[in-house]
Amino acid sequence: MAEKMRSPLGTAYGLGSAREGAKEWWSMRLSSLALIPLTLWFVVSVIGNVGADFETFVAWVGSPIPAILLVIMIAVTFHHAAHGLQVVIEDYIHTEWQKLTLLIAVKFGCVLLAVAGMFAVARIAFGS
Amino acid sequence: MAEFSLPANSKVKEGRVFKAPADAKRVRSFKIYRWSPDDGQNPSIDTYEIDLDACGPMVLDALIKIKNETDTTLTFRRSCREGICGSCAMNIDGTNTLACLKPIEDCKGDVKVYPLPHMPVIKDLVPDLTHVYAQYQSIKPYLQSDSQPPTRERLQSVEERDKLEGLWECILCFCCSTSCPSYWWNGDRYLGPAILLQAYRWIADSRDEKTGERLDDLEDPFKLYRCHTIMNCTKTCPKGLNPAKAIGEIKKLMVQRKFA
Repeated sequence: MAEKMRSPLGTAYGLGSAREGAKEWWSMRLSSLALIPLTLWFVVSVIGNVGADFETFVAWVGSPIPAILLVIMIAVTFHHAAHGLQVVIEDYIHTEWQKLTLLIAVKFGCVLLAVAGMFAVARIAFGS
Repeated sequence: MAEFSLPANSKVKEGRVFKAPADAKRVRSFKIYRWSPDDGQNPSIDTYEIDLDACGPMVLDALIKIKNETDTTLTFRRSCREGICGSCAMNIDGTNTLACLKPIEDCKGDVKVYPLPHMPVIKDLVPDLTHVYAQYQSIKPYLQSDSQPPTRERLQSVEERDKLEGLWECILCFCCSTSCPSYWWNGDRYLGPAILLQAYRWIADSRDEKTGERLDDLEDPFKLYRCHTIMNCTKTCPKGLNPAKAIGEIKKLMVQRKFA
């Protein structure tokens, strides 16, 4: 009952402003911007390698410029995905334990996938 | 999770039908949402047939005619009947608008009239605006200044005054906020387009000296950044204003003071 007797203004103030959000908003815009050329380059390059044998493709991944761009693309993609999914969860999931569980799972999952992707590129580039 | 089906006691049922007089020539059906807190019944859609030859041109004219002549229990807010008080905001023909500015002619088929979406209903077409008014109060919608108060009015150049165009005209009808999915799902914390437009109205005012504090109070993942630029607000505004642009301006200022 205590919550219901709180004044409307107190309810509206809630926990107050977090005084952050601008950084995340800006980083989402920047990562979107970066992903346009990176994704285009990736798709065009993979199409360019269609029909190539395994050794040719691995050699392409391991050569300096593709390897650098791939690592950047993987990092930016999963950074963008982690924050994008976080916002979707915050929008639609309103049961506290479900929200918290999913937020943690998404963060951990994105870090895991990003590191796995970058490790794969590094392993090809530097040899196992 | 967001709820996509209504709880049992909110399911809307078919209601009563009020026929038009037998000699009526231009008959139009109004299907109106009815709910009373007093009788323990589910909401229903009542049908009122109106003779357009004996009714004014706007949806509000029809509602007033129904209340005067057919069913005095129909409950709705109205005052100025000329689009300046914002009282008669409701969902008509699928769009939030002011009943007094919506011509019956512009509605397709039966005229469907519901209260503003996703607000608690007090009765029939009257939504509970307590929370959104409190949110309005929370942004301190008045001029704040530390300077010595002038002996005369606070001066503003023509250019400075121009920055308030498209902001001061807002009548706080909340058609925009209640059309916003983000406000539906997170209205407890997200301020919504109407309140953010009002917040920007004071941020943009050259006479106000609390721009920094105002931005501080808005910089929050929920209060401001739940806006995902869906643009329903701008599409639905019965005054032709652009709340989405005002929110965009706030976001620009946030970046400007941090990174640019």
